Amino acid sequence: MAEMTAKVASKESVDPSKIGADAGAGNTTETIGKGGSKPFVSIEGLCKHYPSPDKEEELVVFDHVNLGIEKGEFVCIIGHSGCGKSTILNIMAGLDEPSSGGIVMDGKEVSGPSLDRGVVFQNYSLLPWLSALQNVNFGVRSRWPGWSKVEVEAHSKRYLEMVGLGDTMQRKPSQLSGGMRQRVSIARAFATQPKLLLLDEPFGALDALTRGVIQDELIKIWSEDQQTVFMITHDVDEAILLADRVLLMTNGPDARVAESVRINIPRPRERARIIEYPGFYKIRNHLVNFLVTRSAQMAGGGSEEPTASERLARGGYPVDVDPLALAPVQKHADGSLLKSVR
Amino acid sequence: MAGSNTMPVSLNLRAVILSVLILLVGLGIWEFLNQPPEASEALTEYELLMGGADQESRVPPPSQVIAHAWSELSNPFYDAGPNDKGIGIQLAYSLYRVLTGYFAAALIAIPLGFVIGMSPLMYKALNPFIQVLRPISPLAWMPLALFVIKDSERSAIFVIFICSIWPMLINTAFGVANVRADWVKVAKTHELSQIRTALTVILPAAAPTILTGMRISIGIAWLVIVAAEMLVGGTGIGYYVWNEWNNLDLNSVIFSILMIGVVGMLLDMALSAVSRLVQYEE
Repeated sequence: MAEMTAKVASKESVDPSKIGADAGAGNTTETIGKGGSKPFVSIEGLCKHYPSPDKEEELVVFDHVNLGIEKGEFVCIIGHSGCGKSTILNIMAGLDEPSSGGIVMDGKEVSGPSLDRGVVFQNYSLLPWLSALQNVNFGVRSRWPGWSKVEVEAHSKRYLEMVGLGDTMQRKPSQLSGGMRQRVSIARAFATQPKLLLLDEPFGALDALTRGVIQDELIKIWSEDQQTVFMITHDVDEAILLADRVLLMTNGPDARVAESVRINIPRPRERARIIEYPGFYKIRNHLVNFLVTRSAQMAGGGSEEPTASERLARGGYPVDVDPLALAPVQKHADGSLLKSVR
Repeated sequence: MAGSNTMPVSLNLRAVILSVLILLVGLGIWEFLNQPPEASEALTEYELLMGGADQESRVPPPSQVIAHAWSELSNPFYDAGPNDKGIGIQLAYSLYRVLTGYFAAALIAIPLGFVIGMSPLMYKALNPFIQVLRPISPLAWMPLALFVIKDSERSAIFVIFICSIWPMLINTAFGVANVRADWVKVAKTHELSQIRTALTVILPAAAPTILTGMRISIGIAWLVIVAAEMLVGGTGIGYYVWNEWNNLDLNSVIFSILMIGVVGMLLDMALSAVSRLVQYEE
């Protein structure tokens, strides 16, 4: 493994580990933390590469990803398929190993899965031989092994009621619709009260109507618990509705988190009313424009690829963008402009 | 609703009627083909003494078999010496051997299958042995078993053990190895220990596959016990069939064949009932 990392490092003009080191000492605090303190979750110099079949070069999924997530923040990440966002999430969950770099949460390095990081998968991942309530109990019991049966059930029921499943909790997953199953999965994750909640495209398999209803429930349960959430989505509107910040990834391979877009729309947000907010389309256009054109242009080796020194100057952190404070960005989205924005 | 309700009922009813019809026609043909030949001329006294009224050896007709079955079943547990025991006692001996060998096999096959299923190393290391041992006819072990164990009763149990172990072992390994990765991820993200993962996630997930293996095994064990008991003798339904053949009591032979079928069916139904308990829908 060390050999592999060394090989990649020598190929690169910039050593990722050096970037990480510079990030600590350099001028990057302005782009991440408010007031310069270390964020609650800090992703530092994360790389993932796989040996390619011909063994000549390695397939670099993503390279020195640096990110910070504040406590209580709702962060969405958007990018085209294959850019490695699921891999980032799996590494955060402890289910996958980075090739180099690491993640620090609440002052401790992430290694292996933990109940401090709850995960909701796209395919629900409920245990089909258990009822909805037993599935949530399963999570609650692992979190608090000392609790009595009554305590566990009461806690689970509270969360199932929060997602509107008070009447159907005795049913098996096979007797529930896709939307209801995902609600159970969300209830299970929230009920364990993790420090960080990871949602891997939780609404990807649901129809639009169901998705809307569950988004509302997610907002409700999130605003009650004030969890820190990191969520993968493909849906720009969903990201705007839910997130404080949207991370944009360039296309893979060799993907990067290019921008961190602030969604400065006041809460509570409502699905039906959010489009009336004056800045909504400005934000939406910025995100869509990135996904449609710039994500490809900025992809590894593309024309808008920042030079190594530019990346070094930012310490590998994404450019912080507030679309509401920036009028012309959609028209002249070249590197120099983005830098001046920052 | 009414339409969809009447349909399966009438199908079941029609199936029952057809079954009964096939049974009656089958028994009728059997009965008709097995009439004793008409005596063409009066028998001499010598012929009568030699039992010549029924010279041709015939399979007994169903009416005789049913009458015999009735008398046997009305007193299934009589014991009138080593060669004259009721059908219930013979079946009980066979069931005792089958269940002992079978549960001993389950006790070894299921934990071992778990290990093989969870560890690719163990799978690769043990696979050659399984592939060589599995196709061996269980009765081929009998001479070796008799020599080593020196007890015909235990040798029969060993033969049952060796024939029931393979389906359970292979199905358990397969079921455990193919537990959905998502469920294992769930166990991991909930910080479950290895033991708890095995018991609360992998075991229930693999249970339907394991039960399928157990169902195949009990079927094979019941097939093999008849042959094994014909070899070792003494007691049991297999011995009973062979003994009645030596007695030329075809009524008893046919009756015991039917009983073997009925008990085999009951064993399978019992296992299928258990497997319904652990079945889940994805």
